[in-house]
Amino acid sequence: MGAADADDALNSWTIRNIVGTMFPILIGLSVLEMGSGYVLEELQETYLGNPTLLVLVPVMIGMGGNLGAILSSRLSTRLHLGVLEFDVRDEVLWTNIIAILGLAATVFSALGVAAWVVGQVIAEPMALGELLLISISSGMSLAVIAIGLSLAATYVSYTQGLDPDDTTIPVVTNLCDILGVVVLSGVAIVVLN
Amino acid sequence: MEGRQSAWRIYRESLPILVVSLAGGIFAGSVLGSDGMTAGFERFPGMLLLLPAFLATRGNVYGALGARISSGLHQGMIDPEFSWDRRLVNAVAASFINGISVSVFIAVLSWGILHVLGRESARLVELLSIMLVSGVLTSTTLIFGLLGLVFASYEYGLDPDNLIGPIVTTLGDVFGVVFLFIALTIAEVVF
Repeated sequence: MGAADADDALNSWTIRNIVGTMFPILIGLSVLEMGSGYVLEELQETYLGNPTLLVLVPVMIGMGGNLGAILSSRLSTRLHLGVLEFDVRDEVLWTNIIAILGLAATVFSALGVAAWVVGQVIAEPMALGELLLISISSGMSLAVIAIGLSLAATYVSYTQGLDPDDTTIPVVTNLCDILGVVVLSGVAIVVLN
Repeated sequence: MEGRQSAWRIYRESLPILVVSLAGGIFAGSVLGSDGMTAGFERFPGMLLLLPAFLATRGNVYGALGARISSGLHQGMIDPEFSWDRRLVNAVAASFINGISVSVFIAVLSWGILHVLGRESARLVELLSIMLVSGVLTSTTLIFGLLGLVFASYEYGLDPDNLIGPIVTTLGDVFGVVFLFIALTIAEVVF
């Protein structure tokens, strides 16, 4: 048993094993990411005509995943401890959701202001109000999506007996990353037209 | 009342990490919105299509490396220093292979999608060169930067598990777009 464990542990550090496990996932994710790339490409004129919008893109790609990861790992810990309840009256659940929404409000307000400053310096300037509206509306929508996906993924782990740390957190993070650009683009079109 | 206090605690604990990631993202965004970069996007159609894949997949490659190294340190399977240790060399080589192959793959994919749709596209050799140059530079910097920071934090008694996420996001955002900018600039001169 001990020898088999050592073999397993050694085997998991071979190049073939690491690449073999990881590369198919990366291929699948890249294909999915082309969906958000397609949205960028379709809206090329909007983005290249208002380069300040491009300032928002990396944060929109990463931040939904960050928020989802924070909530998912907190829910996952409670699941492991056996104290997680899927009940709309569960106070701790709401506490977590409120904290995530507060974090999103802070981060995306700061992003709107920062993008405005950057726009003044290096890119075509856009109105502060417009940028704040785009950043906060798309950011809060993304936060709500991240919360919904985290809850759904943790619930699936819970019912299927999966470990959320291994399965659902990467799924939530990557889905939020992909949706970030889609949500930003949708909001930007509505606000700018 | 108690609920409100603990929401505030979660907020306070999580905010610093998000601010670090926000700062990296804003820097990356400023490079993306700069004149040189937007000129490159116009000159090489297909770059915008592959941009999200380029930005997002790196988190998975180097996050996985960071998690593996961190577990290895905790289990005593590797030492917190650069050495020709078999496991460390394997993990680093595998990350190079993953990081560079995926860069090549998204260049081909982006070119293929535009061709199938009958859209204007940069030549395959142009997209491939840009992704290869930025992929090699980003992999090298991220792998050695990540290992250095993880080893240093472990030696200082910090748990790398708490630091890998933000380190990868920030280094990835900052260096990813800088090297993309460099690769686009080289491509504009060469092609």
